[in-house]
Amino acid sequence: MESKEDKFSTRREFVKTAGRLAAIIPLAAIPVVLSKKEKVRGYVWQIDPMKCTACEQCRTNCIMTPSAVKCTNANPMCGYCDFCPGYLRQGAKKYSTAAEDQLCPTGAITRRFVEEPYFEYTIDEKLCDGCSKCVKGCGDFGNGSLYLQIMHNLCQNCNQCAIARKCPSDAVIRVPASRPYIRKDEGAENRAKVARMMKVRPPFHKWDFPPDIELSQSC
Amino acid sequence: MLIWHAVLSAQQQQPQRFPRPEFEGGYVFPERQYPDQRGPIWEYVDVAVLVIALSITSWMVIKKRSRKGILLMSVFSLAYFGFYRQGCICAIGSVQNISLALFSKDYAIPLSVLMFFMVPLLFALLFGRVFCASVCPMGAIQELTGFRQVRVPVWLNSTLSAIPFVYLGLAVLFSATGSDFIICRYDPFVGIFRREAPYTMVIFGSLLLITGIFVNRPYCRYLCPHGVLQRIFSSFSVRHLKISPDECKSCRLCESGCPYDAILRSDAVREDEQVSKPFNGSLPYLLIVPVLAAGLGILMYNLSPVLSGASADVRLAREIKLERDKGIKATSKAATAFLESGKTEDSLYAEEARITGRFRKGAPWVGIFLGLSLGIGLFRFTIRNIRTEYEPDRGRCYSCGKCFKFCPVKAKTQ
Repeated sequence: MESKEDKFSTRREFVKTAGRLAAIIPLAAIPVVLSKKEKVRGYVWQIDPMKCTACEQCRTNCIMTPSAVKCTNANPMCGYCDFCPGYLRQGAKKYSTAAEDQLCPTGAITRRFVEEPYFEYTIDEKLCDGCSKCVKGCGDFGNGSLYLQIMHNLCQNCNQCAIARKCPSDAVIRVPASRPYIRKDEGAENRAKVARMMKVRPPFHKWDFPPDIELSQSC
Repeated sequence: MLIWHAVLSAQQQQPQRFPRPEFEGGYVFPERQYPDQRGPIWEYVDVAVLVIALSITSWMVIKKRSRKGILLMSVFSLAYFGFYRQGCICAIGSVQNISLALFSKDYAIPLSVLMFFMVPLLFALLFGRVFCASVCPMGAIQELTGFRQVRVPVWLNSTLSAIPFVYLGLAVLFSATGSDFIICRYDPFVGIFRREAPYTMVIFGSLLLITGIFVNRPYCRYLCPHGVLQRIFSSFSVRHLKISPDECKSCRLCESGCPYDAILRSDAVREDEQVSKPFNGSLPYLLIVPVLAAGLGILMYNLSPVLSGASADVRLAREIKLERDKGIKATSKAATAFLESGKTEDSLYAEEARITGRFRKGAPWVGIFLGLSLGIGLFRFTIRNIRTEYEPDRGRCYSCGKCFKFCPVKAKTQ
């Protein structure tokens, strides 16, 4: 009996040691395997304005209320138009600041006279809820200087962005945390720099197609 | 890359509908300052807080044996990792980032996320499940709201305990294929930490909390996928919480003290019956392990087409295919966007084939993992060693310290 007990305890010890080793090996191997990859500080979510179709999903799908997505104006691209298709509702009686003429449901766009015939438009981000009505207006009829960006002081940087899951055009992508914005008003070189940094293609960023495919092919 | 450049240059060449105005009054373009994330230093602060919290809890559990200290640590973790850091970054979800980084070329893991995965498991290997005890904010919120103790029947407890294994397997599979992050998506308590969530998750979270008042830690026991890893690592822990500070008198007082039924009985109290089941006699039962592993592997392989539906691309491709073959109109937003985008169907089908191929490769391994765990779990019923003292089941014990007060034995003072 005595010897049998001993045998048992040694077998248990053996299983324990073997288990410990089996647990340590993958734990030690994971950082070794992963360290071979490119080092990153991390990713953040951002809207690629070139892919965004202003579908209004950003307003409702963000886990934050109001959404962390805000409209922003690329002033160097803006036409400073008196008739701004992002500011004025279609069929507005006058080009004025009256509430009934405004497109923005929350009145988040302010219009300021600069000089004849130019008006400056700025977004009050506290009021903006990312509904993208103005983005659509400006993109369809104007220069496309109004565009959506995820504001990183508000974004919780969820592991999986709730907007990215719903975005029909896959415009919400992971970008390197060191370049958290995809700005429309940056020069081409600057944007190329972002593209170079995105050499590590973020996940959920599916296809890139050459822009010259004709629409009629799929319809 | 080239395509990106093509897109950028195309964008650049596109003429503006309205030319940039030439201001005469010396107008300067306003410079917009875009708000940044909090600095990278804070991620390392989080890791440091994690290590310190784990060390203090280990000390409380093993040396100090203070339930009050463990509760205080729970309050701290709930405040810091829960309400201040809003439940993100968390060790439970990090397993998905690890599997995505391991199996996808596109994603490299940040160091802090790697640490949040590794450090709790390392502590589990050294001191048992001290992370679950009071560092995990999800565990802490349930620990602090578990007032009553309702016992779950053993058969029900064992059956429900299988759910986390399936959850973990699916979470790893879905994240490895880049389809979905189900652990984060169905996190019941993150909405409480953020005070912002879809109403379905609010209902789910509240139901879990209400259940937790009576059946303590329902998420940890019957859902938490990280708990599976903690359970495995803690089974082989070097040191672990002890019920009795000194020699166990087998007085049976602690039997009712554990709400998780994680206390293994001492055999000294019932000498009349032969409880030991020797290892050699049960060796044939070990065969069940490979049989189950193979069976579940094959089952999961056959399920892989169904599972690949978790990927949005696969769903889109199937919808488009259905429209082409059967004439059922594709009406989802994704389908509309696809049809408008001018992407070719062939590339979509190629993408679908690539993703389903990855599912077909990955799913059998999930099945093998499930079969191994189930087989080993069943096999453990066939062996039984004689115990001379009451001790916690190292896999299932959360090191919460509720049993301390039931033990009448006082530590010998030196």
